[in-house]
Amino acid sequence: MDSNKKKEQQEAPAELTSGLVAGASLILLASILASLLFGPVSIRPDRIFLEILNRLPGISLDSGLSTIQEAIVWDVRLPRIILGLIVGGLLAVAGASYQGVFRNPLADPYLLGVAAGAGLGATIAIVSGATNGEGMFDALPIAAFLGSAIAVAITLAVGGAVGRSTSTASLLLAGVAVASLFTAIQTYIQQRESATLRQVYSWILGRLSTSGWDEVLMILPYAGISLIVMFSMKGALDVLAVGEEEALSLGIRPRRVRWIVIGAASLAAASAVAVSGLIAFVGIIVPHAVRLVVGASNRLVVPLSFFIGASFLILTDLLARTLQSPAELPIGVVTAFFGAPFFLFVLRRRSDGII
Amino acid sequence: MVPKSGLIPALSRNGNNAEAFEPGRVHLKTNILEVRTSSLLDTQSASRLLPEGGYPMKIFKVLLPLTAIVLALGLMSGCSSSSTQVVATGQATTTDSSQQMESMNEVDVTEQLNAAFPVTLQTPTGDLVLVDQPTRILSLSPTATEMLFAIGAGDQVIAVDDQSNYPPEAPTSDISGFSPNLEAILALEPDLVVHSYLPEDIEQGLSNVGIPSLTQYAATSLDDTYLQITQLGTATGASAGAESTVQEMQQKIDELMDSVDVPDGSSLTFYHELDPTYFSVTSSTFIGQVYALFGLTNIADEAEGAGSGYPQLSEEYILSQNPDLIFLADTKCCAQNIETVTERNGWNVLSAVIEGKVIELDDDIASRWGPRVVDFLEAIASAVEQMTAVETIG
Repeated sequence: MDSNKKKEQQEAPAELTSGLVAGASLILLASILASLLFGPVSIRPDRIFLEILNRLPGISLDSGLSTIQEAIVWDVRLPRIILGLIVGGLLAVAGASYQGVFRNPLADPYLLGVAAGAGLGATIAIVSGATNGEGMFDALPIAAFLGSAIAVAITLAVGGAVGRSTSTASLLLAGVAVASLFTAIQTYIQQRESATLRQVYSWILGRLSTSGWDEVLMILPYAGISLIVMFSMKGALDVLAVGEEEALSLGIRPRRVRWIVIGAASLAAASAVAVSGLIAFVGIIVPHAVRLVVGASNRLVVPLSFFIGASFLILTDLLARTLQSPAELPIGVVTAFFGAPFFLFVLRRRSDGII
Repeated sequence: MVPKSGLIPALSRNGNNAEAFEPGRVHLKTNILEVRTSSLLDTQSASRLLPEGGYPMKIFKVLLPLTAIVLALGLMSGCSSSSTQVVATGQATTTDSSQQMESMNEVDVTEQLNAAFPVTLQTPTGDLVLVDQPTRILSLSPTATEMLFAIGAGDQVIAVDDQSNYPPEAPTSDISGFSPNLEAILALEPDLVVHSYLPEDIEQGLSNVGIPSLTQYAATSLDDTYLQITQLGTATGASAGAESTVQEMQQKIDELMDSVDVPDGSSLTFYHELDPTYFSVTSSTFIGQVYALFGLTNIADEAEGAGSGYPQLSEEYILSQNPDLIFLADTKCCAQNIETVTERNGWNVLSAVIEGKVIELDDDIASRWGPRVVDFLEAIASAVEQMTAVETIG
């Protein structure tokens, strides 16, 4: 993997050109528009289009939409699309960063116990909400976020203390152990409170929650901070990929870079999981798909993963909403259904070269 | 008459189902000590048998950390000690409920003691023979619990599962109706286990030990409910109580249907909410059938193709349907009410929300198929009545 990266960097200087950004933005915009225009309820797309224009400043048009149809477009579809954008982007960038920092193509955002921690937190919130009759849907994202933050903190504390500066293996192993422990506790609680089984299960399968803008506002600060940090570290990751000594000679401290990236990626994954449950595969397949097109440089892969991850999740959510309309499919099912075959394809293509 | 040696352990070793159905022996009052020891043996031999079922070693590896946690948290659950408490509670409440019981039922119970038995019951899993009248019933189904107490067999119930919260005098235990523990069940020494579903291995375990198990699947119609109540009457020797319960229900439901004048061709639509992620029920379910009695149109029926009868609806579909009535069956589980529904993004434009036609149901009443289904019908009836009254004025 290292040699390959070196080769590509020598061939072409990996810089984020405005052409690439424009292309990725176009894909994202098209996904957003498609998701606004189409859904389980068929509303004439031309009217929605007029309605969108109507909302632009300085334009006043009569779209002919009923009050309920307007509510569907602006209060149901739009918040969900924006949430999909943020969650998909976060998961994909976190996945790309993890893969860069661990130099392991299988690394995904849930690696260090984020998923198990969030699962435990959510289960506790659902169970306690069910027993004392208090609103569970406000407490759930907070509990899930705390759960994953605690799980990652334990992983980092244990794995970081055991391992020497060059070893990421102990961190990964600590992540596996912490995840098993948290999953065991979660399963135990879930079995004890079987009445809440469906809620827990439905959360675990992942869902772009639909209670309006609350979730969006809630994760926006965490998303912003973690994205800025991960974007600013993308160059350092490329230097790390060349080698530790080269990095040191360039004045980059590998250990510090690793900790910052891991921390930011975990924050991103935790906030995504908190509002959407466990959505599988976005964090793995999107960065790999981006690499197939633009090469392995983190300077390209990390930022472009945001656009492609956001588009991917928005479009899969459109499928989740419409495939069995008016019933919904859990979005985790859809991402995995498309993600797993694609991942196998990537794996096969790369098995001769990189892995 | 009872051969000591061959009592139950032999049965459990052989795993012979046919012979196991001679449960009368288990609860001969004179043999209480003997029964105790034998069921202890049964427990052990049954648990020894389980691993031979061929669980892969991997499961044990996975279970190992779990077991450690279970042990650590053992103080909270305290399996063995609390089951004794349950028995005690059961006996204490027995006197309460028998005082509350209608005298007619009380007479019936004593009259019919042993007279009607043995009885043969037809269950989904085959015929079940009860040699003697059960006096130590364990109910693992909240609906069955409500039925047993309604027909006046409550004082024969020694324990109910952790979800059975009605009537209040029901002796709740920490046995889960969803994933019950065989040993916890055996420790209660029941002479009849009533449930709506049991995992295969528990069913087999009960059968090995010779404890009769009565399966009553979730009803799909009111007739199913009546049949199950009648069957519980037969099984417990409270046939008269069961009969009067059924009659009373039918009478009340008839009155309700008469009082509500649903105009032909008027298509009142409704949305029944199971939880705030918009799981609902179609007309193929018991709940859906109840609504159908009133001629209401279920917006979830469009999603029938999604299978199961319990589809998860998409939010914009619910909004686009603009149902006349919204029934919330998630007021207890998820603290939903008219206010929370009004606050949902985009819901404030729905006519049901504007006109206050959001009906808060008791989750339990709207999910069980027991005698309290009458209350459920009452809630629907009064909502429909108000709607049609509005329509006539308009």
